[in-house]
Amino acid sequence: MDKATVGFAPWDAAAAATMIAEMQDLPGACLPILHRLQGEFGYIHDEAVPLIAGALALSLAEVVGVIEFYSDFRRTPPAVHQVQVCLAESCQAVGSAALAERLTEVLGTEIGGRSADGRFDLRPVYCLGNCACSPALMIDGLLYGRVTPDRAPQLLAEVWP
Amino acid sequence: MSAWIPGDSGACSVGADDVARAIAAEAEARGLPADFHRNGSRGLYWLEPMVEVDTAGGRVAYGPVTPADVPGLFDAAFLEGGAHPLRLGLVADIPEFARQDRVTFRRSGLIEPLSIDQYRAEGGFAGLEAALAMTPAAIIEAVTASGLRGRGGAGFPAGLKWQTVLDQPAGPKYIVCNADEGDSGTFADRMLMEGDPFSILEGMTIAGLATGAAEGYLYIRSEYPAAALAMADAIQLLQDAGYLGRSVMGSGRAFDVQVRIGAGAYICGEETALLESLEGKKGVIRPRPPLPAVQGLFGRPTVVNNTLTLATVPAILAGGADAYAAHGVGRSRGTSVMQLAGNVKRPGLFEVPFGVTLDELVNGCGGGTASGRPLRAVQVGGPLGAYFPASMLDTPIDYEAVSERGGMLGHGGVVVFDDTVDMARQARFAMEFCAIESCGKCTPCRIGSTRGVEVIDRIIANEERTMNFALLDDLLEVMRDGSLCGLGGLTPLPVSSALRHFPEDFARTARHEGVTP
Repeated sequence: MDKATVGFAPWDAAAAATMIAEMQDLPGACLPILHRLQGEFGYIHDEAVPLIAGALALSLAEVVGVIEFYSDFRRTPPAVHQVQVCLAESCQAVGSAALAERLTEVLGTEIGGRSADGRFDLRPVYCLGNCACSPALMIDGLLYGRVTPDRAPQLLAEVWP
Repeated sequence: MSAWIPGDSGACSVGADDVARAIAAEAEARGLPADFHRNGSRGLYWLEPMVEVDTAGGRVAYGPVTPADVPGLFDAAFLEGGAHPLRLGLVADIPEFARQDRVTFRRSGLIEPLSIDQYRAEGGFAGLEAALAMTPAAIIEAVTASGLRGRGGAGFPAGLKWQTVLDQPAGPKYIVCNADEGDSGTFADRMLMEGDPFSILEGMTIAGLATGAAEGYLYIRSEYPAAALAMADAIQLLQDAGYLGRSVMGSGRAFDVQVRIGAGAYICGEETALLESLEGKKGVIRPRPPLPAVQGLFGRPTVVNNTLTLATVPAILAGGADAYAAHGVGRSRGTSVMQLAGNVKRPGLFEVPFGVTLDELVNGCGGGTASGRPLRAVQVGGPLGAYFPASMLDTPIDYEAVSERGGMLGHGGVVVFDDTVDMARQARFAMEFCAIESCGKCTPCRIGSTRGVEVIDRIIANEERTMNFALLDDLLEVMRDGSLCGLGGLTPLPVSSALRHFPEDFARTARHEGVTP
């Protein structure tokens, strides 16, 4: 798998409406639409909510409810890089706490926050399915295993432009 | 000459792509003609990246390989199976592989995942071909006779679920594959989607033929981007080749599958929350009844099965129900796909017959702790599973035996902890995880988990211990008996097992005052 390409289009209501129109007839279209919009623009713009609601005959509250329920969906623009550190049991058993602490030091933010330079979002994740290579980390959709605390800064440096 | 380098995302997470590039570059520099294939993983993760080469005697493995090892491997003529310190011998003779009984995972690591020809050559579509010549009732009879039970965790007999869907009036019916593998310590669904995706689609198609469903949905968690890509490609290939679509293998019977991606909600692994999510809603669970088999997706009869359950079906129809049921013990028939992780020397996936003990898995296959310190606890069955002390490793791996010991087998994850673990912290984490992931539908789970974190914090801080132990006891009972689904209902398992087996960790400065979890 190649490194995920990072970078999103600026919000464009007309383009969003076209995407929604293309997908609105899918059964259970709400999640696929939200994934598509977030994949394109990086987040779900407030103006997208009435567009989705109108297309799917849902209330605004229903659409907002879905966006807010799922931890993947964002309502504000993300940092350029997404760092997900696994904090579940298998990684706990081999020192994910030390890894997480090192990441917070290097990025200058708490778990769940954005780095001091605004380039990285540091998010917790409860299992990346890489438990046999714990501790695990995902950066921009790319999986890393056996990540010692000392290796973390080096991995971040690789994606640092 | 040909070499196989895993493209599995776990193997790539420890450098398999770098190794593949180094091997290709070195072969070119030396002018050696060779075929390079990207296979799935065998699941022997402590040996990853593990490179295999074809020899007259079979596949020979080398591992774990780093890019720096590559020139030396070429000097040792590894493409012909030459001697080298990293040479592991025949894959089939690697002890931790030889002791397995591979049914569901027989092709993972053996073939290129998206090669229809290789899939066929290794027995693929034999089950589907058999099913196409059978009546729905006969297919279900075979699945029932095999003893196959739901591998997602509930252990419900697959044949019975399918029969219920078949018995519903005609009209749209659905096959839903639950690949929302959220349990920490488990990765079998991911490995299979990346390593043998056609087997899942073949199983879903057979389920469709058996129940009269023409549409399938594959719900994959968003944390598995590589698996989602593999499955989307696999579906396209099978559609193009006529295995999926309006006329499955020219039979005139329709079945097709689409992939849907989750959005970071653990609860969507619960089947009714998954159905809500597929319908485009919040992943809030539905009270049962009605069962999904009666009123499931879009209100229609729906089979919801785990990835492993569905992927095992083709082997049952191809090889016969009796052959599958010949593995295993008691009411746990067939093989158990165990995933060993955490603080363990040889972590990986081990498909073994039901009845093997935890000790054989953890110490026999796994080689004990990675740290070399004494093993203190294993958590069996994911974040909602019980913590067992080392003294209980004699427990056989079968649904009933684990349940009798106060645990649950779940999706087959076993996470190992050494003696540095603080079990009070682990109990607190179980409550915290439940609070983070609760869908909010029922009060015992939504509120109980948050109160649970607070009560355990007070116990750890030595505040009013007798009262707080009694309160925790009471809370566990309310969550266990009053929650609508397994999240709130099973979170008490890790907590109460930690209290029961590791009371000293809750003692701190004051003496433990006794609690009956």
